[in-house]
Amino acid sequence: MTTDAISRPSAVPEHEDEKTIVRYTFLERVNHWLGALSYVYLLMTGLAFWSPYLYWLAAIAGGGPAARFWHPWAGFVFTSSLFVSFAQWRGDMRITDADRAWGKAIPDYIQNEDDKLPPVGRFNFGQKLFFWGIFCGVILLLLSGVVLWYTEALPWSLRFVRYAAILIHASVALITIGLFLIHVYMSAILEEGSFGSMILGRVTRAWAWTFHRTWYYEVSGRSQTR
Amino acid sequence: MSQAATELVRISGHAGVVPGAGLDREFQVCKLVDTTTCIGCKACEVACLEWNGYPFSETTFDNSYQTMPETAWNYWNLIRFNEHERGDGSMMLLMRKDQCMHCADPGCLAACPADGAIVQYANGIVDFQEASCIGCGYCMTGCPFNIPKFSPTARKVFKCTLCNDRVSVGLEPACIKACPTGCLHFGTKSEMKELAEARAEQLRDVSGFADAGVYDPPGVGGTHVIYVLHDAKNPELYGGLPKDPNIPLSVRLWKGPLKWIGNLAMAGGIVGMALHYLRFGPKKEEPIPPDVPPSVPSNGDHERRV
Repeated sequence: MTTDAISRPSAVPEHEDEKTIVRYTFLERVNHWLGALSYVYLLMTGLAFWSPYLYWLAAIAGGGPAARFWHPWAGFVFTSSLFVSFAQWRGDMRITDADRAWGKAIPDYIQNEDDKLPPVGRFNFGQKLFFWGIFCGVILLLLSGVVLWYTEALPWSLRFVRYAAILIHASVALITIGLFLIHVYMSAILEEGSFGSMILGRVTRAWAWTFHRTWYYEVSGRSQTR
Repeated sequence: MSQAATELVRISGHAGVVPGAGLDREFQVCKLVDTTTCIGCKACEVACLEWNGYPFSETTFDNSYQTMPETAWNYWNLIRFNEHERGDGSMMLLMRKDQCMHCADPGCLAACPADGAIVQYANGIVDFQEASCIGCGYCMTGCPFNIPKFSPTARKVFKCTLCNDRVSVGLEPACIKACPTGCLHFGTKSEMKELAEARAEQLRDVSGFADAGVYDPPGVGGTHVIYVLHDAKNPELYGGLPKDPNIPLSVRLWKGPLKWIGNLAMAGGIVGMALHYLRFGPKKEEPIPPDVPPSVPSNGDHERRV
């Protein structure tokens, strides 16, 4: 009865589809991990520049001058990855009325009473807020980061741009760190099965039914019409 | 300073007082630039290049005597030439020796993230240690005087050292040594301050410069390069010398409140998530009840099904 959930041919044998659904395609996973790796490098080097007590992170990241040299390039990779994510997910990330209803029930979500929550599609409201938070953040980080990348190219008369950039870059980076920590906690620790879905791309049908019920019906319904 | 540690305090079997007892040494050094006696000869520019081993750079002609628009990573000492029309219609050629001011409260040092890349000595000299510099350029943002300059080849930042290598062995800075008019002086901060104030008073009382004064801006805790200006009320006339220089507000916010808010938020977030896991544990998938149809029910009553 089943086929690839995201309606593209799968190399996975049919019998596996009895129990699992494709949640992330190969390209989605590659792009996610490109972004994740570049973000971890940005986080390490950024924190090294943030506090003397974390400057040792620069040693792990190749030494101070190397960290300063590669940080902007890692930012370039991360930004690119986010733009690819935008292209891949912007439809799924659209915030709907169902999300707003889910958002009102967020205390239940926090207390792991997921059965009390209204059903959600492929991504829940929290994931969407995370995505748009990181997406807006990366645009601000890119703009302020280019200024910090080429500080010396900015004429003295435009020094207020430097002043703004340094404050924006640090503040927005802190916000993305908060989002990043929540994201890692929820996907790698809290919600069992999430981490694996970003590795091999598949979730169990029960997982989809428990956490993304509307999406579960959508993909299983679509398979019915095949 | 090592000499201070070995000053004599008591001497055995010695008749009379201990030589030098009660001596009060001042270690704070200072350069005094008297703009009113500068003739714009640029001997200090050349002496700076020679001592620090830089070749003479390309000059930029901009209808003035000025060598280039601003100091460069390998050109730390620049006379800024500015024509100024006074109230009575007469012209003045203002000449100011631009270089690192060696602030008592240095913005470059406050902004720098690299361990040991910028140091401040007890004598007041603020010195860049290029071996530790990572070339981020934050010092350029922290400086209110536009002094630190980035070298694209070295990928590090350079500026005037106040000839730390000369001062530390008892010599005066190269620029001071080269000055032919006595417009540049070097000594302790209090001596230079005294000399500057006396000169400013002379300018006010004798030379008719009612607004003459000393530039030693308190916003950066005072500087170890001070100026005598004909018009201390308008330092901007002298090639954009800032009237009330400060470490930029955004740098102070970034290195002050934002750092604490950010650190607390990061630590609090991690602790909060750990507590959440201990209290609520993992989210686990539930088996699909057998009555759930495999496709979307036509009446849409799949909502809130448990």
